[in-house]
Amino acid sequence: MIRSLSRLTPVLATLAVFLAGFIACSLVYPNFASLRVVMNLLTDNAFLAIVAVGMTFVIISGGIDLSVGSVIGFTTVFLALAIERWGVPPLMAFVLILVICAAFGAAMGAIIQYFELPAFIVTLAGMFLARGVSFLLSTESIPITADLYAHLSEHAFRFEGGSRLTVPAMIMIAVVLAGMVLLHLTRFGANVYALGGSRQATALMGINVARTTVLIYTLSSVLAGLAGIVFSLYTSSGYSLSAVGVELDAIAAVVIGGTLLSGGYGFIFGSFLGVMIQGLIQTYISFDGMLSSWWAKIATGLLLFAFIAFQQFTLHLARRSRRAPAGVHP
Amino acid sequence: MLATSPPAAGAAPDLLALIGFSKSFAGFTALDRVDFTLKVGEIHALLGENGAGKSTLIKAMTGVVARDAGTMRLDGIEIAPRSAEEAVRAGIATVYQEVNLAPNLSVAQNLFLGRQPTRFGLVREGEMRRRARALLAEFGLSIDIAAPLESYSVAIQHIIAIARAVDQSARVLILDEPTASLDAQEVEVLFAVMRQLKARGIGIVFVTHFLDQVYAICDRITVLRNGRLAGSAPVADLPRLDLVRLMLGRELSAATGRRPPHEARAPSTAVAAFRGLGKTGYVVPFDLTLRAGHVVGLAGLLGSGRTETVRLVFGAERADCGAAQVAGQKASIGSPREAMALGFGYCPEERKTEGIVAELTVRENIVLALQARRGALAPLSRREQDAIAAKFIRLLDIRPPDPERPIGLLSGGNQQKALLARWLATAPQLLILDEPTRGIDVGAHAEIIKLIRDLCAEGMALLVVSSELDELVTYADEVIVLRERAHVARLTGAQVEVPAILAAIAEVPSSASPPVRAA
Repeated sequence: MIRSLSRLTPVLATLAVFLAGFIACSLVYPNFASLRVVMNLLTDNAFLAIVAVGMTFVIISGGIDLSVGSVIGFTTVFLALAIERWGVPPLMAFVLILVICAAFGAAMGAIIQYFELPAFIVTLAGMFLARGVSFLLSTESIPITADLYAHLSEHAFRFEGGSRLTVPAMIMIAVVLAGMVLLHLTRFGANVYALGGSRQATALMGINVARTTVLIYTLSSVLAGLAGIVFSLYTSSGYSLSAVGVELDAIAAVVIGGTLLSGGYGFIFGSFLGVMIQGLIQTYISFDGMLSSWWAKIATGLLLFAFIAFQQFTLHLARRSRRAPAGVHP
Repeated sequence: MLATSPPAAGAAPDLLALIGFSKSFAGFTALDRVDFTLKVGEIHALLGENGAGKSTLIKAMTGVVARDAGTMRLDGIEIAPRSAEEAVRAGIATVYQEVNLAPNLSVAQNLFLGRQPTRFGLVREGEMRRRARALLAEFGLSIDIAAPLESYSVAIQHIIAIARAVDQSARVLILDEPTASLDAQEVEVLFAVMRQLKARGIGIVFVTHFLDQVYAICDRITVLRNGRLAGSAPVADLPRLDLVRLMLGRELSAATGRRPPHEARAPSTAVAAFRGLGKTGYVVPFDLTLRAGHVVGLAGLLGSGRTETVRLVFGAERADCGAAQVAGQKASIGSPREAMALGFGYCPEERKTEGIVAELTVRENIVLALQARRGALAPLSRREQDAIAAKFIRLLDIRPPDPERPIGLLSGGNQQKALLARWLATAPQLLILDEPTRGIDVGAHAEIIKLIRDLCAEGMALLVVSSELDELVTYADEVIVLRERAHVARLTGAQVEVPAILAAIAEVPSSASPPVRAA
C-alpha cells in the first residue's frame, strides 16, 4: 500500500500544486473561484489535454513525439479546405483526417522501429513535414462557416449561472478517461510501460515490440488529429501557423504531471493536471490584465524545473533505500 | 506445466537433442559440430572458458542466432525456432544473468505480461494477482506481487523470471549464469527451485563458472572448448581435476610445456607490496608483493577474481580494506590516475572496449597514457610523438609500420602490441597485463611472450593474468591461483608447473562440504 502510494507521489504533488495555485488565484481575485472559470479552463485547454494524453503514452514507452503541434496545424488547414472549398461534410472530413493522421503516426512508428532511429529525429522530421504540407495547402487563415461549427455552442451542457461544459471539453474528458482505461487496464497499456522499462527485456518476454511501437505513435498522431478537430471547432478556422510549439507544451504538461521523461513511469491523470496547471497560469494572467502573456512561459519553465528536480530527488531516495547494500560486481 | 512422472534414474528419456551444431561469424568458427543431449529431469552443466562457445550454443538453441548447420529435437520432434519468442512457444525458455524483465512493472505484471487474463479486453487485475500469488507460492515465495520488480533482490528477480518461464509451459529451462551475482544463501534458494523443477521433469541447462555449484546440483557436465565439444560425462565420472583439465585443455605439448629452469635469483627490491587488499563482494583480501625483474602470474578459471585483483591493484576499483606500499613508501591508490603517478601501467583484457580508441591512429594511441600522465598543460610536441611512435613500432615490430593508421584497422596482435607500447612509453615500474595473448594469432603469441621476458630482464615488475597456463609457466616466477574470488595458492620456483596449477584450481575448498549430488 505504501509502495503504490509512493508511485502516486508525483501525481499527488501535481494535484497539490494545482489546488494551491487555484486557491492562491481565488484569494487574489475573489470571483476566480467559480464554476465558470473551471469550465473555461476545460474548454480552453481541451486540445492540449487531448494531445497530452497521446504524449503520455509515447513518453512512458521511452519515446517522444515532436510532430503533434504540426499535426494539429495541418488538421485545421485540411478541415477548413475540405469543408469550405471541397464541400466535404464536416463529419466525413473528421473521419478522413483521423485516417490520414493514423497513417502518418503509423509511418513514423514503423520508421522508428524498423530503421532503429531515435524517435526524436523521426518525429522532428514529421514535425517539419506536417507543417510544410499545411503551408503548401494554404498560407492564410480560412474561416469555417459550416452549420456544425456555427451551431456547436448550442450543444453545450449548461449550468446555472451561465457556465457551460462545451463539446470540446466533453471530448477531452472522454479522451482522458479512455486514455486512463487503455493505459492502466489493458495489455497494451502494460506493454507500453514495459517498453519504457526495458525495450530489450520486453522483446525477450515475447511481446510484439514492433506492433506496440507502431500503435503508440499511431495513437499519438490520431489524438493530435482529434486535438486539431477540437482546435478548429474552438477557433472556427484553419490556419497553417496554428498550434506552433504545442508539442513542447504537451511535453511540459506530461513531465509536470509526474511522468518520467526517460520512460517507464507516469499517469494520464498527472498529464491532465499538468495541462490544467498551465491553463491556470494563463487564466491568472488574463485576470490580471497587466501582465505580459510571456509570464505564462516563464512560470511554466520554472514549474518544469521544480518538477524535474523533485522527480530526481524522489527517484534518488527510492534507489538509495532499495539498493542500500552494494551488489557484487560482475 | 503438469508434472511429468519423475524419471527413473539412468533410464530417463532424451528431452532435447542437438546434433552437429555449427556457427561461424565472419570466418571465425564459434561452434564446430557440437552435440548436446539433455534428459528429462536432468540438470546439465554447460561449462567452458571465455570464448568456448557456450553463449553461442545457447543463442543457437533458442533461435537468437541462426545456426549454420545442425538439427534439434525436442521430445523427438524436430524444431527450428527462429527467435526467442518461438523457442519459448516450442518449450525452451531462457533466464539470463541480466534479468530480462521490466524493472518498473509490478511482479504480477512481469509474470503475466502479454498473457494477462482479460475480460472484454480489460486486464482482470484481481485474477492476475491471485494467479501470480499461486504461481510464486509453488516456488516458496511469498512477496508483495503488486510491488515493482526492481524493489526485490536479484535472486528474487531470478526466481520470478524462472516462474514466468516455467509457467509458459517450458520443458527445457536454460539458466545462463544465474548465480553470478548471488550470495551463498540466495544460491541455495535458487537450487531449491531447480531441484523442484527437476522433480517435475523439466530439463535444466545450467551455465556457471562456479565448480562447487556444478558438483552440488548437476547430474551431467558438458564442456566446450574453442567451439568444440571437449567432453560430456555424468558428474560422478568427472572429478574436478579432470574437469579443469578438460576446460583448460592442457595436453602439454613439447613445444610450449618447458621453460628454461629457474635460476635461484636473490629476491630483488619490492616495487609494490599490498597487505590485506580487498573489497567486500569483489575479492577476498589478499597479500601481494611485486618485485623488480619478477613476473607474478594470476591463474584461475573465468570469474575466479583474477581481473578483479588487478583492477584493485591499479585502483580501477576502490579497495575497502588493505594497505599498499610502493617503493617502500606507504601509498594510497584510489584511482588509475594515482596508480599511473606511482609508475603503474595496465593493459586490460577487453582490448576493444577498455583499451584501444579505434578511431585514433597508432601514434595517438601510443602516446595516450604518457600524455595523460604529463597532463593537458604539458602537451607532447608532434615531433616527440612521432619519435615515440616510431621507436615502439620498430621495437615491438608493429605491422604495418604506419603510425598514422587508425588502430582499429590493425590485427588483434598488433593492437595488443600498440597497447603495450602505450604503457611502455610511460616507462612503468610495474606493468599489469590482463590476458595479453587473448584473441591474437599464434605468431604474435610468441612475440608477446618474448616481450614479457625481455621487460622482466630489464628489471620491470610484471603482474600477468593468463588462462594460457602453458605460456604462463614459461615466464612467471611466481603463480598465484585464484578460486571463487580468493587467492588460494601461491606457487614459486620449481612449483610453477602446469599440473600443480591445475590441481590448485581444481582443489575442493577445505571449508566446503564434500560435493553432494542432488538425488
